[in-house]
Amino acid sequence: MVEPALQIEGLCKSFGSLVATDDLHLDIAPGEIHAIIGPNGAGKTTLISQLSGEQRPDKGRIKFTGRDITSLSMPARATLGLARSFQITSIFSDFSTLDNVALAVQAHAGHSFHFWRPANKAATLRGPALHALERIGLGKRADEPAANLSHGEQRQLEIAMALATEPAVMLLDEPMAGMGRDETANMVEILQGLKSRHTIVLIEHDMDAVFALADRITVLVYGRAIATGRPEEIRANDAVRAAYLGTGDA
Amino acid sequence: MDPLLLLEQAFNGLQFGVMLFLIAAGLTLVFGIMDLVNLAHGALVMIGAYLATALVAWTDSFILGMILALPATFAVGALVEIVALRTLYRRDHLDQVLATFGLILFFNEIVRIIWGPVSLYSGLPDYLSGHVEIIPGAPYPVFRLLIIAVGLAVAAIIYFIVAHTRLGMLIRAGASNNEMVGALGVNIKSLFTFVFALGAVFAGLAGMMLGPLTSVEPGMGEPLLILAFVVIIIGGIGSIRGAFIAAIIVGLADTMGRVLLPVLLRAVVSDAAADTAGPALASMLIYILMAAILVVRPRGLFPARTG
Amino acid sequence: MNKRQIWLTLITLALFAAVPPLTVILDQPFYMDVVARIMILAIAAVSLDLILGYGGMVSFGHAAYMGVGAYAVGILSYYGMDNGFLQFPLAMGASALIGLVFGAMSLRTTGVYFIMITLAFAQMLYFLAVSLEEFGGDDGMPAMRSEFAGLLDLNDSMQFYYLIFACLALTLIILHRLVLSRFGMVIRAARGNERRMQALGFSTYRYKLTAFTIAATLCGLSGALFANLNEFVSPDVMQWTHSGEIMIMVIMGGMGTLIGPVLGAAAFLLLEENLPEWMELVMTNAGEHWAIIMGPILIAIVLFGRGGIHALFIRKGKVHG
Repeated sequence: MVEPALQIEGLCKSFGSLVATDDLHLDIAPGEIHAIIGPNGAGKTTLISQLSGEQRPDKGRIKFTGRDITSLSMPARATLGLARSFQITSIFSDFSTLDNVALAVQAHAGHSFHFWRPANKAATLRGPALHALERIGLGKRADEPAANLSHGEQRQLEIAMALATEPAVMLLDEPMAGMGRDETANMVEILQGLKSRHTIVLIEHDMDAVFALADRITVLVYGRAIATGRPEEIRANDAVRAAYLGTGDA
Repeated sequence: MDPLLLLEQAFNGLQFGVMLFLIAAGLTLVFGIMDLVNLAHGALVMIGAYLATALVAWTDSFILGMILALPATFAVGALVEIVALRTLYRRDHLDQVLATFGLILFFNEIVRIIWGPVSLYSGLPDYLSGHVEIIPGAPYPVFRLLIIAVGLAVAAIIYFIVAHTRLGMLIRAGASNNEMVGALGVNIKSLFTFVFALGAVFAGLAGMMLGPLTSVEPGMGEPLLILAFVVIIIGGIGSIRGAFIAAIIVGLADTMGRVLLPVLLRAVVSDAAADTAGPALASMLIYILMAAILVVRPRGLFPARTG
Repeated sequence: MNKRQIWLTLITLALFAAVPPLTVILDQPFYMDVVARIMILAIAAVSLDLILGYGGMVSFGHAAYMGVGAYAVGILSYYGMDNGFLQFPLAMGASALIGLVFGAMSLRTTGVYFIMITLAFAQMLYFLAVSLEEFGGDDGMPAMRSEFAGLLDLNDSMQFYYLIFACLALTLIILHRLVLSRFGMVIRAARGNERRMQALGFSTYRYKLTAFTIAATLCGLSGALFANLNEFVSPDVMQWTHSGEIMIMVIMGGMGTLIGPVLGAAAFLLLEENLPEWMELVMTNAGEHWAIIMGPILIAIVLFGRGGIHALFIRKGKVHG
């Protein structure tokens, strides 16, 4: 039995009387693209937040390749190989596109207590950064100020930054958010190319993309996983249909 | 250690505490609701003191002068908010700090021009100059007792407003999320002006009562301002309750500390060392206390803001 | 760093270097003193720029470290230890240590809390200095100029001037390299988006604390020089208003540019020196009320003076990186 890349055990999180995560159990298999879908307010972003370490769960445990990371800080988890992209674009707009990705590379190149040599001359940072940008298709925009990129390109930059850290697991929070059809198709292609080299936990609303990419899908409703399985199984699942189409069942 | 002396110092500490609360209340409300760092709040303390002194002289009545000074300070507060501060709400904290710093220079100078650089004498009428025995054998100045009473009364009024009125509800809502309050259709501009002016009145009241105890002079507000900051840090930004509790703690700790520390030190080190270190440590005590609390609670004891 | 900025820096430094011979030629030795003071405060302002302009840390207690440096020199001098080779490292070491301690506690907070805590800690040091009767208390005490074992005579104005100049130049060089280094990138990126930095794997607290300590150390150097220039130390150097003035120098000059704060220090001190005179020209006896003009000038700079003096020379845009 191959060890899951991520194990979520009995995760609970509430904000006052609002239950965001309700005793969640989930295993993410290594190398798979595992999509998490659900209606708005289902607690998807809160889940990513707890997985990345931005928020602490009230109860439960998170294991990363067998190791308990529940009490680890965000930077510590990132160093272990857990990368995250954000739902609302979160890049360094004061820097160039390449600098953005170079920072991601730098984060995993040991400590940064280097005070003298200019960072933008470090080939060990620029090389992998440029490579990540090219994989994503942003190679030509490397020297552009990140603030000048189009929305879609910035979403790609988000992915490039997550990629540049050579993560074992990537948490992608709505990478397709706000993208048009062509951009989405492009992104789907990029993500398909990442399959098997990285484990991906994907939150998305775009159902076409989800069904095109996912190896398995978990459906989250009110913080609870009501179904987990392969795309075909989920499509046929009655409980899922009820939750999405609301056929009278609460 | 004379217990009566301790009792007197405890009362002084309480009096200092309520005074700090009056200053801190306005400051924490303005921070909490408008997200405005206002370094010029100490200037409002000073303006209250000057207005009171001037009005007392003009009306030749202590009580009347003091009472008139309250709406006068309210008006000044409202004017400052409308003219100078509205543009700062959208700005980042650095801009607010620098701009209000500029306001301090301006106000201190205005006061110097109008009333001169020498401190004004702000006297007490006879019926307030005496002493009262709080317990037999322990005389305590009537005026200081009055300050404590007024301070507690204002605290009670503020509590009532915040907990039991619609205005208070707006204040509490605004403290945690002022954008939402605006979205609900409340006239945010007027609310902000009112809150600021109200804070100015409390600060001015502190200044008015402080005048007779020390002196009325340019720059008198600044040392208190920083202590008010400490109070708010300890109490938690945006929290009136926090400001009250923290103010009493700070008032007592500072006053009692100055009395007790040298005594305690003498028991441990030589007299000479205690006499040097005592006052030094006493003046740092509040800040050490603040640092200690922050280690455990980086947002103060009762932080109101969620953001 | 773009070419224009390098030119601006070099020209400014060249002008500073030319002052002593010029004052000798023009027989105006007083101005050497004025510019020496400007350079000392420029070091303090530049050190603040590192954490404020590049790091986004609004530290309102920076003058405290200048005070630590000054008092280190003053206290050692009081006990007869005039050796500059001992005083200066100790002054910088003391500022570094206190910066580390204060920074460690302050950086656990953010936003308004951070501003107020740095202010409160600085005030604490001020009161400490005031209460130390032995060292002059409120009035301060005189300090002898440091001795450098015959290598350098600080009583010679020109030698002292060039020592200060060297310190300023060195500070600018070190910080210039620092902000472009890997360390500098972390500080600058964390300013814009700290959450993202943590998500990438940077423990930003460590880096910010290190920058804070470096800034405190350089400010301590400024303080040591200050004590020497005035041959006097007093708590006034640590007053919170002084912290405010240093911050104004940074903003007025142009924050996040390193050379900007140098220009800001010059502008601020020259304004402070000359404003009373200029006001006298307009109206007699107006000069003593210069603060009433200074206040609104400050407000105007904040509201309208985006980019400071630096922006007059160099268009707003990418300055570093």
